[in-house]
Amino acid sequence: MSVWLVQMFNSLSVSSILLLIALGLAITFGLMNVINMAHGELIMIGAYTAYVMQNLFADYFPASWFGAYFILAIPAAFCVTFLAGLALEAGLIRFLYGRPLDSLLATWGVGMVLQQLARTIFGAPNVGVKSPEWLNGGLSLGGGVLPYKRLFIIGLVLVTLIAMYLYIYRSAAGRRMRAVMQNRQMAACLGISTRRVDAITFAVGSGIAGVAGCALSLLGPIGPSLGTYYIVDAFMVVVLGGVGKLLGTVAGALGMGVFNTYFEFWTNASLGKVLVFACVVAFLQWKPQGLVAMRTRSLD
Amino acid sequence: MFKNASVRKKILVSLLYAIVVALLAFAPMLLSDFRLNLLGKFLAYAVIALGLDLIWGYTGILSLGHGIFFGIGAYCMAMYLKLEASGTGRLPDFMQWSGVKQLPWFWEPFRSFGVALLMAILLPMALALLLGFFTFRNRIRGVYFTILTQALVLIVVTLMIGQQAYTGGTNGITGFKHVLGYSLASPSVKTGLYYITLAALVGSFLLCRRLVRGPFGRVLQAVRDGQNRLRFLGYDPAKYQMFVFAVSAGLAGLAGVLFVLQVGIISPSMMDIVPSIEMVLWVAIGGRGSLIGAAAGALIINASKSAFSEAYPDFWTFLLGGLFIVVVVLLPKGLYGLITRSGSRMKGGLAGAGFRGRNRAVVGKDYR
Repeated sequence: MSVWLVQMFNSLSVSSILLLIALGLAITFGLMNVINMAHGELIMIGAYTAYVMQNLFADYFPASWFGAYFILAIPAAFCVTFLAGLALEAGLIRFLYGRPLDSLLATWGVGMVLQQLARTIFGAPNVGVKSPEWLNGGLSLGGGVLPYKRLFIIGLVLVTLIAMYLYIYRSAAGRRMRAVMQNRQMAACLGISTRRVDAITFAVGSGIAGVAGCALSLLGPIGPSLGTYYIVDAFMVVVLGGVGKLLGTVAGALGMGVFNTYFEFWTNASLGKVLVFACVVAFLQWKPQGLVAMRTRSLD
Repeated sequence: MFKNASVRKKILVSLLYAIVVALLAFAPMLLSDFRLNLLGKFLAYAVIALGLDLIWGYTGILSLGHGIFFGIGAYCMAMYLKLEASGTGRLPDFMQWSGVKQLPWFWEPFRSFGVALLMAILLPMALALLLGFFTFRNRIRGVYFTILTQALVLIVVTLMIGQQAYTGGTNGITGFKHVLGYSLASPSVKTGLYYITLAALVGSFLLCRRLVRGPFGRVLQAVRDGQNRLRFLGYDPAKYQMFVFAVSAGLAGLAGVLFVLQVGIISPSMMDIVPSIEMVLWVAIGGRGSLIGAAAGALIINASKSAFSEAYPDFWTFLLGGLFIVVVVLLPKGLYGLITRSGSRMKGGLAGAGFRGRNRAVVGKDYR
């Protein structure tokens, strides 16, 4: 298989992870204009949920069942981080609506506390999550090997994306969500409880972070500061893609993933990052609102 | 005793100034060398806090990238110090380890102290101007800008670590001996550096105060509170933003110089994302929108950090994170607002309406 195709697969893999992380961010940012810096820590919680599930299965269930733990870990992680998001929204975020920069700082504080909490509970060193047997190995294709893990993650992202699409564009709850996004006051006048929509949306965004955490646990050891590595790139995806539309996030993630992989391939890891950053800034000269922007007539 | 609240406030504030400056000036006589060195480091941090307050507290631009400006300043001075320590004709030790045969061209000018000092302030300003030019002019929204500054930190740090042969990599640059012929180890030089830092802090404070008072300061606050209205009045907010951002970056660069002279090491971990956001924390806790509050915040947080984190490192992180949340949500004007009671205008409750004027309080308003 040619180098180009391998790079293509790699960039797809990077994009899919970025997309999974950025999805939750884009929703909360687009709907509530809240910058959730603790998103990285929600990812971390998701990853540790997978770790706990693995330990549970290893200790209490027959060895033959072990392979199933990961399938159960994904919904479990979603539930745990969903609840964490609900609590976070009720306890902190709702006081910060309309103050995006403050929400950024306060959630950073939350992130710090959560990281330290993880360090206290699970210890500072990274822990490994043993991926199930059926995910080891890879698909050989014309001389190259596509690891099953990466393929699984791409599949997982596709499923999540479709679920999100159905939720946002094809369900009553999603319709309410979009209504609040477009015109909060009018939506409230029509009897939509914007408070509840905000809370649910934030929780769903957090839940996706949990799923992302599960996916990351396949790729390497996990630690308390797992999320920090990805959060900045994920925010760049949101900036690049524009907020308010699912399509923008997908395009942003693909763009970031492809450029990251190819630039790093052509130059080196550090120079590649500089080039990607320069490209994003250059792109924002052309479209300051990002790739896909919600049209609005409001000023400030 | 003082019926007039503003008179009482003025007296309180000048008293505060007097006590702080007097205490800091007498510190070398009261503190051990070790403690003095720490205090000197904190004073350098306070210079960063002033610059951050200038752009965040007054102009409403949140930069999470000040670690970079601080780091560039520190690296510029460190390059001079390293060349000085290596002696003429010899390469710095980390370059020899990496197999570099000849001094890279961009290291060459840093043989001169003057050039290093100049670059330490001008390079951060230039970088800030460049980033500002490409963002403010396009009215890139406040939050977007903040995210871009954080991304800037990430890439600069990656670059620094990646180019080990030229920057010292993860270890950074250390092992200095002399500055302008004076030994950095001698106590009298250390005391001298402390006083220079104190003078730089007072100088930066006066500069910032000059900027935020008068018509210019009004425009800055207008940029913060209603950019579009300012535009309708015929001002160009982008120019003001770029200028203030550059000044702020220059101050951070200056702080980097003072830092590296006293601490004797600079490495990428000191300018990474976490230190950068910690700088913002000093301002948030001290009190954004008040210069003295920001500077005091840097001193208080760092002093308590070194006091607590030695004994209970875990507890410190919890405390810092908790403090961050509490201050941002409940005390938009930080501790300074608590002291001067100007923060008592928080009648709007948790929405913190006091700080940013009307837009904040209106919950139903479109957030954009």
